[in-house]
Amino acid sequence: MPVERLLPTSDAEDLLALTREIARKELLPRVDAAESSATPPRDVFRTLGRAGLLSLPYAEELGGGGQPYEVYLQVVEEIAAVWMSVAVGVSVHSLTCYPLAQFGTAAQQQRWLGDMLGGDQLGAYCLSEREAGSDIASMRTRATEADGGWTIRGTKAWISHAAHADYYTSFVRTDDTAGKGISCFLVPADAPGLGFGGPERKMGLAGDPVAEVIFDDVPVDADRMIGERGQGMAIALSALDAGRLGIAAAATGLAQSALTAATAYAKERQQFGRVIAEHQGLAFMLADMEAATASARAAYLFAARLKDAGRPFGKQAAIAKLVATDAAMKVTTDAIQVLGGAGYTTDFPVERYFREAKVTQIFEGTNQIQRLVIARHLLSENA
Amino acid sequence: MNIVVCVKYVPDAQSDRTFSDDKTTDRAGVDGLLSELDEYAVEEALKLVEAGEGEVTVVTIGPDEAAEAVKKALQMGADKGVHISDDAIHGSDAVATSLLLAEAIKKIGQPDLILTGMGSTDGLMNIVPTMVAERLGLPAVTLVSSLEVNGSTVTGRRDGDTASETIEASLPALVSVTDQTNEPRYPSFKGIMAAKKKPVETWSLGDLGVDAGQVGLNNAWVQVESFEARPPREQGQVVTDEGDGGTKLAEFLSTHKFV
Repeated sequence: MPVERLLPTSDAEDLLALTREIARKELLPRVDAAESSATPPRDVFRTLGRAGLLSLPYAEELGGGGQPYEVYLQVVEEIAAVWMSVAVGVSVHSLTCYPLAQFGTAAQQQRWLGDMLGGDQLGAYCLSEREAGSDIASMRTRATEADGGWTIRGTKAWISHAAHADYYTSFVRTDDTAGKGISCFLVPADAPGLGFGGPERKMGLAGDPVAEVIFDDVPVDADRMIGERGQGMAIALSALDAGRLGIAAAATGLAQSALTAATAYAKERQQFGRVIAEHQGLAFMLADMEAATASARAAYLFAARLKDAGRPFGKQAAIAKLVATDAAMKVTTDAIQVLGGAGYTTDFPVERYFREAKVTQIFEGTNQIQRLVIARHLLSENA
Repeated sequence: MNIVVCVKYVPDAQSDRTFSDDKTTDRAGVDGLLSELDEYAVEEALKLVEAGEGEVTVVTIGPDEAAEAVKKALQMGADKGVHISDDAIHGSDAVATSLLLAEAIKKIGQPDLILTGMGSTDGLMNIVPTMVAERLGLPAVTLVSSLEVNGSTVTGRRDGDTASETIEASLPALVSVTDQTNEPRYPSFKGIMAAKKKPVETWSLGDLGVDAGQVGLNNAWVQVESFEARPPREQGQVVTDEGDGGTKLAEFLSTHKFV
């Protein structure tokens, strides 16, 4: 049974049906093999792009689907329910398009945005460094002016799609002025001097390749700067809240599939002459998992609706990220418990869900950072 | 080139199938979709029209929900839809179905090409395409794995067990395609939105000039007497090889008349 949703339009209903169809036919048959062999599904992004699923939240004038975030995020959730790495990839890719779509000139958009939104070009988002995670301002990768353009030197870390992307939306230091020292560049994958570290050996999300991106004096044309010089920090911060919602939606999908797997198992597995779901101790676990998953969905949808209405949504985005990813961790942990020994084996997908859930509490701002954001909002509201 | 594609709305093969009291497929109680075998016909029509010009009209027969099959084809890129719907059609057999489709195609206006899937994923009679061609007096090239249109002819390849035949027919013609013909596209979100504005006509028996006495369950040439679910597969018999494995195996095969 598909998840019950209240969608704003019949277009959105058809869109979710299309998403489920593509997920069932293109993702489901491949996810197990690709995750166990750590094979990034590059072609899947082309399929999703051709179907228009990579450009949903962007304006129709820009070649996007013109869909509210409320709808786009539910598409991400449906993808995550089948293949978390792909959902994370969609969320990351969407983020890489954001600076150009929001801050780029018409000429820049004309030149690059179509291929990006259509999935022919896959993006990576270069913000973090080893010593600059949530503390973005401490970044050291630097662009210096040279020959009417820029030369970038430094190393970005934890970059999804590194070595697989076609372009790198990169935030680098152009100045030491506080608050105005960072600029955003669109760096093509074939730029000379662009190199990559070895893939990180992660506990999950094997289909999402993550590595360092090394800028060894990479020359970049001046017209590849997105937004004004020094506007990078503002761009990165404005993208942050929306990025958190993408992760909240993906985490919700992950929780949903763990819940679905656990429920199906509990209705089949017999002990003491009846299915284990009829034992109240177990049924209550399932009830708590359902409540956690539904709360996660409600939290990201409320934040999305605020965003769609043009209202501030930073606090709600942080709440959604915190609630949804903690829910994913709890529900996937409990799903293993429901499946018992079977859940601990790789013959069932729930151990993978569990490994995938852990990182959602970490990336796009750890959940400690989310609490910091929520607390700051709360305290400044009450002041 | 104008193409008509005949499509069917079928129960989702992934859900449980049930039957109504009158022993017909219960179409209301289960999720349905455009028969996956028909997607190949829609895709082939779209490719032919995209390579040249003309339009693709999809036609289906079925209750209200069957409009979903037309919608899906329009989302993929077809231009127009026709939905034949009438309570009297309920329970129609292949003979009546072919009559309705033939009359609908006449009413649409003789196309250059009629495309169908190799069969429906529910009924599996696989006879309707040929019957439609017969009623319209057109050549039928069935079960092709590839086809090509050159001027006034269509050439199709039929892959058999031991040989492949290349068959040419003059247009207009009816061609049924197999699941080897192409890779059907997914609708795009833009296609979904565009489909809403495409014309779909709903025709009753009266619109087609077909008498209720020619269609429906009571006039079907075939009647379903009974049905039952296929019994679960029984446990296999393990032959332990104690030096006489070959003999035991031969005995097993001859007892069951396999050899």
